[in-house]
Amino acid sequence: MAIDDNQRSREAVLARVREALGRHGPDDEPRAAAHAYLAARKQGPRPTLPADLVQRFLQRAADMSSTTTRVEGIEQAPAAIARYLDHPHARAVCWPEIAALDWRGAGFDVDVRPASGDDAIGITGCFCAIAETGTLVFASGTDSPPATFLLPETHIAIVRADQIVAGMEEAFARQRAERDALPRAVNLVSGPSRTGDIEQTIVLGAHGPRRVHIVLVAAR
Amino acid sequence: MYFKERAHAKLHDAQLQASLARFQGKFVPARKTAITELDDFEGTRDAAAEIRQRALDDLDVWLTIFDENARARGATVLYAQTPAEINALVLEIAQRHGVRKIIKSKSMVSEESGLDHAIEAAGMTVVETDLGEYILQINNYEPPSHIIGPALHKSREEVSALFEARHGTPRKDAIDELCLEARGVLRTHYLTADMGISGGNFFVAETGSVVLVTNEGNATLTTTLPKVHVAISGIEKVVPTLEDVATLMRLLPRSATGQSISNYVDILTGVKDRGEFHGVEHMYFIVVDSGRSAVLGSDVRQALRCIRCGACMNHCPVYQNVGGHAYGWVYPGPIGIVLTPMYVGLDNALDLPYASTMCNQCGVVCPVKIPLPDLQRKLREKEFERDLRSWHERVGLKAWGWLARRPALYGVATRVGVRMLRTLGDRNGMIRRLPFGSGWTDERDMPAPAGRTFREQYKARKAASHPDALAVSVQGKPSASEAREGSRKETLG
Ligand code: SF4
Repeated sequence: MAIDDNQRSREAVLARVREALGRHGPDDEPRAAAHAYLAARKQGPRPTLPADLVQRFLQRAADMSSTTTRVEGIEQAPAAIARYLDHPHARAVCWPEIAALDWRGAGFDVDVRPASGDDAIGITGCFCAIAETGTLVFASGTDSPPATFLLPETHIAIVRADQIVAGMEEAFARQRAERDALPRAVNLVSGPSRTGDIEQTIVLGAHGPRRVHIVLVAAR
Repeated sequence: MYFKERAHAKLHDAQLQASLARFQGKFVPARKTAITELDDFEGTRDAAAEIRQRALDDLDVWLTIFDENARARGATVLYAQTPAEINALVLEIAQRHGVRKIIKSKSMVSEESGLDHAIEAAGMTVVETDLGEYILQINNYEPPSHIIGPALHKSREEVSALFEARHGTPRKDAIDELCLEARGVLRTHYLTADMGISGGNFFVAETGSVVLVTNEGNATLTTTLPKVHVAISGIEKVVPTLEDVATLMRLLPRSATGQSISNYVDILTGVKDRGEFHGVEHMYFIVVDSGRSAVLGSDVRQALRCIRCGACMNHCPVYQNVGGHAYGWVYPGPIGIVLTPMYVGLDNALDLPYASTMCNQCGVVCPVKIPLPDLQRKLREKEFERDLRSWHERVGLKAWGWLARRPALYGVATRVGVRMLRTLGDRNGMIRRLPFGSGWTDERDMPAPAGRTFREQYKARKAASHPDALAVSVQGKPSASEAREGSRKETLG
């Protein structure tokens, strides 16, 4: 079978690549150079960002068609979300980390489970958020299921001010600092799902959320 | 049928011309604005070109590092030498996991191998999820015309009619209603598919990950909901680090659609945690050669830096007039006319390297600085060396070469030539019909020469010893392309 036999294709492809590069003999030297490059973590030129990363994040998120609101403390998030939804008896699903908030008190019901295709509203936290581009960064895991920010028409993300980093580079550095290896999925999401495939006319909600609402919790 | 015939037909296709006219207004100005957000755009381009070239220069090493890291995370890394092998591997993976329905996010490499047809021939269902690709799929697999917007050549009316016929729903005319209808149809497929197939914008060596970039989020859904994920991309798509991905992602969306960032960027590594509800249980990479190692060993190897942003075609005066289908294969535009002859054989794409005005718009906008006109010229030279050009072209070029090496004779011949051409000009100094050159004058008039060659004028002015005598008469500061144009005129004289 082709899969079990694939070692032969692997060797043939690598041999052709070596041939094309004019590489004969051992590759210890380029390998050492490659590992040195990996260790150096070289970055490209970075755009200068304003000192106030929170402000920049909110502005960029809005540019990407997310809506935003600010609250002073996390306990105010349910009421802020209720105001945004403006719908009595709304039902939502959420990540476990925010399950303990007083959703009932804000007037709606929240199930703590990954979203299915039938859920209209998904509420999540995030791993971190990127000021440069107004991007939410998610790291998949048991308590951070991606379905909740992918399947519902409305996605609401709660972001703490101390989760905002400058660029993708800092988001990756945080991943490295907090865990040994990348999770199965790191999803970088900037605003609602969109398409321009018919006459280049932008339509929101192509497959995923039509609305992304960000609740920013001020740092203490 | 070659490019020339197809291009001719496309120029007279009113529907297509209307779509192309609509298309031009958007990507080009959007890119122009978006790149101003980077205070060192040129420096970022240099860095990006370096990143891609570094990966290519030691491709064997980076591939091996990628392979080791991907395997360590539980992925299966497979290699395909040919398009047929891609299809065979995919079918076998599908059989292994008892797959009946496959959802697919955009993969150009799978277009090279006609993967969808192979899947259907094996009795399985495959559904393209990128809206553009989906539109083409339900239109009997019409070929894509652009690497970013595969269905940009289609009008809303065509899509309306297609949806009405295929979905059996009442006709919808508004674009947002059409998108909503497609969303509903595709959502059902996402939730019921057994396997997801994606391309791969980058393979990250340090982590063994694949990076997927979309605006619709279709790749994210395709790789989150089914239990099996197969990522298919070329050997050249390896980049060393996540930092490199960050740099390239500052350029890819800006160059493609003029966005600061694409809406979804997914970095996928290995299989799901035990506790995860969704997430793939089986992750396969198919790393494809299929002509790429041959390009790597050729003198057009820089073409492998390409990150498939589409900027070169958006800015190409030839593409803008004939659209993507005229190029006849998967990759259109300036990058296509380099890659296609290399992948399908120069003999099968003889006039593609000529589908260029050599204006270098493509080279100027390419985020990884591929010198596209140089590569096109190299292919032209190869054709000439291999005697693949027509006899009158070969004889003509030989004669010109002979003449050009004899400056005195050349001077006489051009002096006679320009004077003769001048007599063909009408009162406005335009030539309406050129003997032996009707291919040119059928569509446009040609300005008649001034009657004296450049060298004659140069000599005359030098004799007058005017301080500006030696300057070519270009007003103001010439742009790079004007300067090049100027130097080309000089060599003609
Ligand atoms: S050749 Fe350059 S401009 Fe063209 S698609 Fe590739 S990266 Fe983009």
